[in-house]
This record gives sequence, structure tokens and C-alpha cells, in this order.
Amino acid sequence: MSEFVGADFFELDELLSDEERAVRDSAREWVDRELIDSRLIEEHHRAGTFPRELATQVGEMGYLGPTLPEEYGCAGLNQVGYGLIMQELERGDSGLRSFCSVQGSLCMYPIFAFGSDEQKNRYLPGMAKGEIIGCFGLSEPDHGSDPSGMETKATPDGDGWILNGTKRWITNGSIADIAIVWAKTPDGIRGFIVPTDAPGFSAPLIPGKFSLRASVTSELIMEDVKVGPEALLPETTGLKNALMCLSNARYGIAWGVVGSAMAVFDEALRYLQSRTQFDKPLASFQLVQRKLVHMHTELTKAQLVAHRLGRLKDAGKAKHYHVSFAKRNNCWAAREIAKLGRELLGANGVCDEYQVMRHLMNIESVYTYEGTHEIHTLVLGEHLTGFPAYRG
Amino acid sequence: MRIFVCVKAVPDTAARIKVKDGATIDPSGVKFVLGPYDARAVAKAIALKEAAGDGAEVVAVSAGGTKGERDANKRLKDALALGADRGILIPDEASENRDPLEVAKALAAAIKAEGDYSLVLLGRTAVDDQAMSVGPMLGALLGAPCVTDAVGLEVAGGKATVTRAAEGRQQTVELTLPAVVTGQRDLAEEKYPKLKDILKAGKKPMATFDYAWTDGGYTVTALEPPPEPVAGKIVGEGPDAVPELFNLLQNEAKKLSF
Repeated sequence: MSEFVGADFFELDELLSDEERAVRDSAREWVDRELIDSRLIEEHHRAGTFPRELATQVGEMGYLGPTLPEEYGCAGLNQVGYGLIMQELERGDSGLRSFCSVQGSLCMYPIFAFGSDEQKNRYLPGMAKGEIIGCFGLSEPDHGSDPSGMETKATPDGDGWILNGTKRWITNGSIADIAIVWAKTPDGIRGFIVPTDAPGFSAPLIPGKFSLRASVTSELIMEDVKVGPEALLPETTGLKNALMCLSNARYGIAWGVVGSAMAVFDEALRYLQSRTQFDKPLASFQLVQRKLVHMHTELTKAQLVAHRLGRLKDAGKAKHYHVSFAKRNNCWAAREIAKLGRELLGANGVCDEYQVMRHLMNIESVYTYEGTHEIHTLVLGEHLTGFPAYRG
Repeated sequence: MRIFVCVKAVPDTAARIKVKDGATIDPSGVKFVLGPYDARAVAKAIALKEAAGDGAEVVAVSAGGTKGERDANKRLKDALALGADRGILIPDEASENRDPLEVAKALAAAIKAEGDYSLVLLGRTAVDDQAMSVGPMLGALLGAPCVTDAVGLEVAGGKATVTRAAEGRQQTVELTLPAVVTGQRDLAEEKYPKLKDILKAGKKPMATFDYAWTDGGYTVTALEPPPEPVAGKIVGEGPDAVPELFNLLQNEAKKLSF
């Protein structure tokens, strides 16, 4: 059994169904054994490699596209249950949660929502098993927060298409079998399922990351990549389809970072209770307690936000600005908590014998990707005032 | 082939246990889980069922409370999520500190009411009271041979071959079915309930078997945490300290003899 104790100050466990708790507990146990106790995550974090063998394992556990229907080999899970899985995966490592988010929310979801029956049957069951890995190509070297300025083009070619352009910051890029690529067509921005072995397609790794080291981040380079008509996601009509995928992924992030914060808080509390300085436990010092209480308060607030957002999403009432609120607040909180956790662990906090520095490094990416903190601030600003500040 | 697996809701071994009223566990804030040895017994039952093929069935049985964290229904659901086909609950609202013989009688009654079976599997012990009694008692009550502490179990031709851990050695025993076997950790590999199986577990059949509980001959009079470890003593440093260390180990602690 794990030593980990999940903080639950406001007894949110009471608000979970038995099934949701069983899903969470099973994911918690799996992450403890396979990722943390085995020290697999430290090894891969040090080496800067993705634990590839986990792709089919998370598939077998049911963590890839778990909310999609059973007919595609998925579980038909509700959104709170899904959020709890993301929380536990990211308690292990943001890199593994990112892998699952990209596969489920950014690749399986658009095939499910905007794909043909043939595309769904061809890809979804294998993707649910982790046998077909996907990546999502929206961001470009010169177009991050402003994807509408994208330069990638899909030019009609007979009944198929020719794709040209470069995508950047693409999770899973170099290990993917298919890429969901968003490109400008004569009819606006549309989505394509591009096989990564197509001639002219390459996905070099982005080296030297200090963050999400146990996750693959790549560039996608497309030089006259020819695809047939079956590559087009027929129901995509504009950038809004890509943003719908991101909204689902951001929902998972809002839960995921709670897991990272829970791991950091639990580790810090244990450390402070057991380490003695000046003949007293560190936890007994006022300056230490102040930091700990701040961490715990922000963690608890983030948990409440994630839970409420999940219930709204299950009721079909979650709006994109609710998701922006939760992504923005919870990533900020997790970053704050990781920073303070690192301080509280002193010099030990910078070594990978403890988890906190890995979480702190990871959260820098999570804070920035899937809509930066600032972009979500502006989404909420627009919601409150009616003025879209990012549109000039 | 029908296999019964008896499971119990026990406090998570990582939980910090507090004693209430001198003889019971304070359940507030304590997470209850499927007994870890029980979970391995369930995993073994599933493996035997899969090897046996069509028509084989695994039935999880639990005697216990139905309220709060200690709810035995939830632990039966855990067994169903691990692959058991159906569950039988024997409600017992005063399950804590229940006489193991009474528990064995209730389980025997529930199993007999179901008819034929090939095997009853249990964990070697429940990690709360560590009584290690229910398995052998159940064997006696069912009139079935019983082997404890199995680390290996194979079934063929109406017989079970059990390898058991015995004082650092392994002993192999052959039993005529039906039989009762209690298992060690190594009886089966640990399984994690998969998402689809957790969701499926909610739809599997659950039945209730009522048993008229009586107070048995076994009463828990006190429950206490183990004594605090005695503080260590540093007798010196380096080779100079060795004679004094020997002296203390030999004459004071009496842990050495020549």
C-alpha cells in the first residue's frame, strides 16, 4: 500500500460515487507501483525519455480516451471519473498525463467528434489500446497563442491533398503513428489525419528540455506530404474544432495539476514533520507553517474548482470560460505549491530523490501549454467585459 | 467449476490506526480496502477460472458491515472489479471483533446454500486482527480438506496441488476437491482493477445471505498499540567500543552466547 495520503480537507471524497472512488483508487495504486515505487519515472526523467512500454499499459488500464463509448473499445466513463484518472497520472508525472491527454482529448476526441465512421473504426480501437499513438499539430514556430495565423497549408490535389508547413511543441510527435494536423485550406482551417510514415513527413525531437523530460516533444515538418481524401476529418470546418479539442484537454489539465500539487504537498508535509533543526521538527516553525498553510489552501481551492467543473461538464453545462478559469487557476496554484514545496525541502528539494523539483520543472510547461496563463486571463476578461483583448 | 473467494474489508495498512473505547478501531479518517491477501486469492481464482474455460464461476463472499467506510459491499465490488462474477454479502453490523468461528460458520452456511463448489479460497490472514483462523475453521465446517499459506495452486482431475510456504521450505500437498485453501502473497500476481472492469462491476449480480449472528466464545477485551521502541544507546565509537558492545549484548541484552 502506498504511503501517499491525498489531502481532502473539505471531504470531497464524500461527493464522489463509489465507482468514481474505485476508479481513482485503482489509478492511484497503479501509479504508485508502476511509476513511483518502481522509480521508473526518475530513470526516464533523468534520461529524458518517454517510458514507451507504458503506452500499452495505460491502454490496458483504460486510460486512453476513457470517456468515449464502449463500441470503440473505450469505457464510457463520466467526466469526474476521467478527471480523477488525470489527477492520479499527473501525481505520478505530468509527462505521462500529457501523453494520455494528447492521445485521448487531442487525437481520439477529434476522430470521434469530426471523423467518418470509417475513420473511427479504423483508428479508435487501436488508439484506446495504445497500439496506435497520436499527436496533435496545431502550434507552429511563429504561431503559438494565435493559431489562426497558422502557415501550414493543405492544397487540394486531385481528390486528395498536399500538406506543407511546420508544427512545433508537439507532444508525442516523434513516437506517433498518426498526426492530427490542422491546416489552412481554401475553405478555412480543417483537420487531417496524417500517417507519420508518409513521404515528406518528419518529426525531429526538440532536444534540451528542462521540463516534461519523461515526455516526447517534437517538431512536425511537412514537405509536400500527399494524403488521400480519407485523411480529411470531414466534420471540421474551422479553428473552432481544434479549440474544442483543446477545451477537453484543458479540462483534464485542470484536474491533472491538482495531482501534481497533492504529490508535492504530501511530500513536503512528511519531510517537515520528520526533519529536525534547532532541536525541533521543521513543521513546528511559524515561517514553515505559513508556507504549508498557503500550499494547502491553494490545493484545496484547486480541488474544489476541479470537482465543480467536472460536475458541470457531466451535466453538459461547462462553458469554455469555466474551463479557462480552472486551467488558469489550478496551473497557477500547482506552480505556486511546487515552488514553495521546493523551498521547504531545502537542498534536498533540488535532488530527484524527492519528487518536488520534477513537478516544479514540469509545471513550467503545463502553465504555458494549452493556452498560457495570460491567454486564459484574456478569455475570462472577454467573458466579464465583452471585450476580446487578444483580438487587437 | 465454481470457486468461492472469501474477502474482508480491512483498514489500509498505511492508515494510522487509533483505538476507540479501548477495544475497537476508530474508523473516522481510516480508509478501508480489500484485504491484500484476499486480493491475491481473488486474482488466483480468476486465473483458475480462465484456465478452466467456459462454465467456470468465481463467487466473492464477504461477511461485514454495510455502512460507512467499513461497508463490505464496496469490497465485494472490488472483487467484482478484479473479475469475480457475482457477490454474496452476509450483513453483520457488529462485524468488528466478531468471533472467527462465528464468521466461519456464517461463510459455511452461505456456501452450503449455494450448492456444489470446487474450491474456497481465502487470504492467509486478515491484516486487521491477524487471527488466521477462518480458513481452517471453514474447512472443518464444510468437511473439506484445508491447506494454509499456499504460494502455488494447480487444479486438475478433481485434485488440487498446493505448494505451501513452510518455515523457509516449500511443501507440496495434494488435496481432493472440494477443498479450502488460504493463500500467501505469492499465490498470484497483483492485479489492478481496469477501468472497464470497475464500471462493469457495478452491473454484476449481488445477493444477500442473512445469518443469525450470535456472540461466540471469543471476546476482545483490549486493543493497544505496540509498545514504543526503547531508545538506543551509543556505547562509544570505533574499535574501542567493541568490548563494551559485546559486554552489553552478552550480559545485559542476553542476545549473544558463546
